[in-house]
Amino acid sequence: MSDQIDWVALAIFVFFFALVTVMGFFAARWKSGPVSAHLDEWGLGGRQFGTWITWFLVGGDFYTAYTVIAVPALVYAVGAYGFFALPYTVIVYPFVFAVMPLLWKVAHANGHVTAGDVVHGTYNSRGLELAVAITGMVATMPYIALQLIGMGVVIKAIGLTGEFPIIAAFIILALYTYSSGLRAPALIAFVKDIMIYIVVLVAVVVVPAKLGGYSAVFAAANDAFTAKGGATGLILKPSQMLPYATLALGSALAAFMYPHTLTGIFASKSADTIRKNAILLPAYTLLLGLIALLGYMAYAAKIAVATPNDVVPMLFKTLFPSWFAGFAFAAIAIGALVPAAVMSIGAANLFTRNVWKSYVDPGISHAGEAAVAKIASLVVKLGALTFILFLPTQYALDLQLLGGLWILQTFPALVFGLFTRWFRAEGLLLGWAAGILWGSWTAWSNGLKPLATLDLGGASYVFYVGLGALILNVAVAAVATVIVGLLSPRGATARS
Amino acid sequence: MWVLLLLPFIGLLWVPFYNSLEPALFGFPFFYWYQLAWVPISSLLIWLVYRSRTPDETP
Repeated sequence: MSDQIDWVALAIFVFFFALVTVMGFFAARWKSGPVSAHLDEWGLGGRQFGTWITWFLVGGDFYTAYTVIAVPALVYAVGAYGFFALPYTVIVYPFVFAVMPLLWKVAHANGHVTAGDVVHGTYNSRGLELAVAITGMVATMPYIALQLIGMGVVIKAIGLTGEFPIIAAFIILALYTYSSGLRAPALIAFVKDIMIYIVVLVAVVVVPAKLGGYSAVFAAANDAFTAKGGATGLILKPSQMLPYATLALGSALAAFMYPHTLTGIFASKSADTIRKNAILLPAYTLLLGLIALLGYMAYAAKIAVATPNDVVPMLFKTLFPSWFAGFAFAAIAIGALVPAAVMSIGAANLFTRNVWKSYVDPGISHAGEAAVAKIASLVVKLGALTFILFLPTQYALDLQLLGGLWILQTFPALVFGLFTRWFRAEGLLLGWAAGILWGSWTAWSNGLKPLATLDLGGASYVFYVGLGALILNVAVAAVATVIVGLLSPRGATARS
Repeated sequence: MWVLLLLPFIGLLWVPFYNSLEPALFGFPFFYWYQLAWVPISSLLIWLVYRSRTPDETP
């Protein structure tokens, strides 16, 4: 990458950044409500978002800026295997359609704000509530850090060096999230998503046209992988098929357990809003599939990069005029702000409801909750910023990967209760612990690769460790439920 | 009708079925256009289930 500042790109970038900053502060007065009077207002935008706002908000926060950088980077580096993000973000929607409206109804009927609230409401167990809340907060922190990395990549591409730009961007983000709550990212998401759609649609038409069509793009990538060798290529090696499928399934089950995606669900106006979004949100998946192909276009454009993360910015710098590159970089940077804001709000809601209210101040007022959450969101973001400034980038990547497997272990506690009350809190807590411990240990001993190996009858199977941990989790939860049931039959424990 | 929701899982998780270059379409190897095709198909399937269900009391 050149160190020259690209002034045209920078000017366009700053213009759009300033625009969304104004919108972020203005958002407090949008769809007016007393933002600081109630956590439902600050943390869920008043629980009033209809189909379109939810579409932009969830789309803007599930398909993050880091995705736009990292998915093409992975596809560039390894080929077909990096494409697992596509099946993952397709099969997630039948799941969302079937399950999330039920979760919304429970949350709506009982005034729940977080996953921890839902679990406590269902099982009346402080232990399980705390486990779910802490998992959510810990899994979210490195995710926010990744958004900063995504933003850093494009800021570097414009030619700005040093850490000042990213610190400035993050302080602005922290301030308007503090004052406007979820309304800020919901409003900014409109701008961000429209910009990303424009960038990607232009890229997938113009880039192949410049490079000789999609056949040429795939052929160039194929040549590069043939030269490179190893576990790369336009299709999967036989040994990659099970990891591919299990990564897609495990990621899909984990996706809506995260505080930021659940916040989008709980902020919707109705169960039907969520159902309609399960039909409409795949539009973003189509976009993601096309974004992933930017990784192959880099080969056709004969771009050389220092790290795969530079593939997307480099492609835009090489093939487009400065003004459009600046527009694309602004789209990606703003794309980092939306998820980072929603993630910090989701984590702050968890802290407020399931740690502060449960353990420090049970009698807290509605306004008090909003005040605690606002401070917590600042702390969460400062934590993520400190993480990026003082620790190696690799830590954030590793922790985010572990975060995915951790958050997946909250699935039984959060989802099973919607369909059956058979499981007991003690069993679910034990299953959660077993899944987290086995999964973390396995990933750790594999050098932080998200894969586990199982030898059965002479054949060995390699699969996504998170899914393996989930199966163990459910098995332990079931066995423990049976044992607890024998020791203390149903009637003996009070249930809400 | 709810069984339609299982089709994307079968279509996309049974990887050996689509792990090939041919038949290509508009320059896209099978592996890519097949998976991309599941995006609109899944939307359509979910929509069919959405239409067929009886609307619940809460809006």
